Amino acid sequence: MKDTTLRINGEERKLSADTRTTLLDALRNHLGLTGSKKGCDHGQCGACTVMVNGRRINSCLTLACMHDGDEITTVEGLGQPGNLSPLQAAFVKHDGFQCGYCTPGQICSATAMLQEVKDNWPSNVSESLTGEAELTPEEISERMSGNLCRCAAYPNIVNAIREAAEASS
Amino acid sequence: MTRHLKMDEPATNRLLDKLPSRLTGAPMDRPDGPLKVSGTATYAHEWQLDGKVFGVLARAPVSKGKLVRIDKSAIENLPGVLGVFSEERFLRNPAQGMANEAPEQGVSEISYFGQPIALVVAETFEQARHGAHRLELVCEAASDGVFDPEANNIAPEKPEDDQLDQGDLDKAMAEAAYTVDSTYRTPSHNSAAMEPHCAIASWEGDQLTLYASYQMIKFNVNELADSVGIEPEKVRIVSPYVGGGFGSKLGIAPEAVSAAIAAKELGRPVCVTLTRQQVFENVMRRSESRQRLRLAADKDGKLTGLGHECRVSNLPGESFHEPVLQATHFIYGGDNRRLGMEVARLNRMCAGSVRAPGEAIGMQVLENAMDELAHTSGIDPVELRKRNIPDAHPEEGTPYSSRPFAEALDEGAKRFGWNKRNPKPGQQREGEWLIGMGMAAAARVNILMESKARVILKEDGKAIVETDMTDIGTGTYAILTQVCADMLGLEPENIETRLGDSNFPKASGSGGSFGAASSGSSVYLACLDIRAELARRLGCEESELQLDSGQARGGSKSGSLTGLLAGEAIEAEGHIEPGETKEKVKQATYGSYFAEVAVNAVTGETRVRRMLGVFGAGRILNRKTATSQCYGGMTWGIGMALHEAMEFDMRDGHVVNNDLAEYHIPVNLDVPQLDVVLLEERDDWASPIQAKGLGELGLCGAGAAITNAIFNATGVRVYDYPATLDKILDGLPELDMV
Repeated sequence: MKDTTLRINGEERKLSADTRTTLLDALRNHLGLTGSKKGCDHGQCGACTVMVNGRRINSCLTLACMHDGDEITTVEGLGQPGNLSPLQAAFVKHDGFQCGYCTPGQICSATAMLQEVKDNWPSNVSESLTGEAELTPEEISERMSGNLCRCAAYPNIVNAIREAAEASS
Repeated sequence: MTRHLKMDEPATNRLLDKLPSRLTGAPMDRPDGPLKVSGTATYAHEWQLDGKVFGVLARAPVSKGKLVRIDKSAIENLPGVLGVFSEERFLRNPAQGMANEAPEQGVSEISYFGQPIALVVAETFEQARHGAHRLELVCEAASDGVFDPEANNIAPEKPEDDQLDQGDLDKAMAEAAYTVDSTYRTPSHNSAAMEPHCAIASWEGDQLTLYASYQMIKFNVNELADSVGIEPEKVRIVSPYVGGGFGSKLGIAPEAVSAAIAAKELGRPVCVTLTRQQVFENVMRRSESRQRLRLAADKDGKLTGLGHECRVSNLPGESFHEPVLQATHFIYGGDNRRLGMEVARLNRMCAGSVRAPGEAIGMQVLENAMDELAHTSGIDPVELRKRNIPDAHPEEGTPYSSRPFAEALDEGAKRFGWNKRNPKPGQQREGEWLIGMGMAAAARVNILMESKARVILKEDGKAIVETDMTDIGTGTYAILTQVCADMLGLEPENIETRLGDSNFPKASGSGGSFGAASSGSSVYLACLDIRAELARRLGCEESELQLDSGQARGGSKSGSLTGLLAGEAIEAEGHIEPGETKEKVKQATYGSYFAEVAVNAVTGETRVRRMLGVFGAGRILNRKTATSQCYGGMTWGIGMALHEAMEFDMRDGHVVNNDLAEYHIPVNLDVPQLDVVLLEERDDWASPIQAKGLGELGLCGAGAAITNAIFNATGVRVYDYPATLDKILDGLPELDMV
């Protein structure tokens, strides 16, 4: 057992859990934050994506006790019904999901991805490693390919992200 | 009040086209959308129950044999472990769809590698997982396991009701102007829904509540009760959100029964979730297939003979076999026909329904063979298909109901720019990429299932819809709300649709693409009954009644809805049953796919550049969610064509690629912006709302459009799916790489 203090969605949360507890299981089983989903528990599907200190990670691949003092943002912290973030609202409008299970991971991932593009991080399909990153549909698809969707809402996910990005720029 | 309709006659009235409110069909956002995008929709694992503990399954390390004993010594003193459960009520594998009774049970006989044997329950998930890893299952392996579906020593079963010999196919082949005789192979597929199977079982006395992720609640209640050995009245299943099904959650599965048994013993709620590896190995696979296609055609390309003979497999004792021939029976003519089915019994994990069982691989291969015939005969592939649309069912002689097949072919060809395709393979090159176009037809049987729903028009003029129907991502929350909104003249915000609870009226469930039309019809019927009562109260004929924005009008009368309700709710149940229309006509859905691919001339890698699907499925209930379903289906087609395959170790039948890193479902970059066209259609024979099934039509041939495009790009015909690089490389034309 280990005591860990996490800052989740701006709130300080104390956790006392088995050291084997992943960040994902801490959120879901200990802290009542079930928005982040478990799809594979092996970092293969992206359903558990959260932001840790602003960067997207697979929360199933990291232990909760490694994050003492870290700032964690989950889908619950992005927006709630009645007060959705622009990305969440765009996902609803464009039907960027069907069953909804990969959706929180998609949205957390997209939120952080848009910042990566603003910061000019290149991707595998970028023309240049050092130039300004552009948000083409291909760039969005590449950068979102770590988030699987078996319902295959991919075209709608791309359109939702494009619209939210354009609205914010 | 109950309104019952048995579908014996076509429903020609088309009331939904005459109402003042026309929300049905509109691209309305899902009412459940805000919950799903904010992480507040409650999936099975997420119910917060006091005292909940966790169970993890331990599984057989041999593929055939006997369980000798379970050695608990290594885990008895582990902290947190509450118990080890293992008994003959455990499920060998999930129930097949609509089984309505327990599937094969037992742990002492082992039939496949990874069969669930024991459940370790502990206070926390980490403790239970550790316990399951440490538990020793002592098994005796048998030496006569069968793992290869094409092994010489297999004597396959030949299901009697799946054989057809009509006319003389051999003679037709001998006399034909053009023939095709090709054998294709397709691998096993996994549904790989994003939410792993999960159940939380909780007992109050002898009453069991299961929070779980299932597609067909009324059947699942009976399957769970029969498995555990209690009366169905003592079982409640709650499943309002299902994180993807695709057939994998049709029948009650090992996690539910083991959780129920452990929870009863421990007196605490037990949560059992399958790991991703267990989902791959314990749920259901689509059977692999070997399919021999024979086509005989006259000089005009008209089929005189059609042969489709296949071999699939399953575990011993399973009644299901992949219905590969389903659409072959009715889509094309040809008087001389031989259709045959063989089932090999293997010690591989269970085979069952995976999205579009039958047509997903049957149409895929039939449409490859049609492409071969088009190439051989020099007839355009679109034209060839149109020439072979039969006037009546080629085996039964029955007429077809609404069938916009030719329209889908023409519309697709026009929109895609099919006339720009060079029919000679390997002619178009852009740098290191070879470009090609391909097309295929879509067809899927249409089914209506018995379904019930309750609609309550409350005294405040708002409505509640209740049915144990599920929404597995298909859009049920949206479409039932839309039908109710139109029928009662209400804003969708004033309707609450409640699903996935066995306390509600028993619906069709989600499967076989029949959920939307069946459950939509039940809501329609319940609303009809409410309309009749409102007409009576207003003093007009039911046919005159107009409900719009909370107002009722009819004849010369008018009044507010709340006035007519006079402080009391009206409640009605709708009940649809299939009837004679399913025998009187052949009902099916149709469409076409067009794809453009680029095949890398150096590596053999295929990229889908663009893809179009044109579909006719009767009345579309929500154009947004329907389009999404088609995107999903076509993307499955991309996966099946290019990379999805379960690999089995031929030495012991175990699944080699049992996770999402090794079993390759399409990712975002694999899928271009897809185009979907939904044809305007009404099928009066199908349902009182003129709707047919759509959820599976998107992948009933989709993969063939891609592999046919690969042939057009390269001249390489892939007979062994998926079309991975290794199968294309050797056949690529010699290129002069400038």
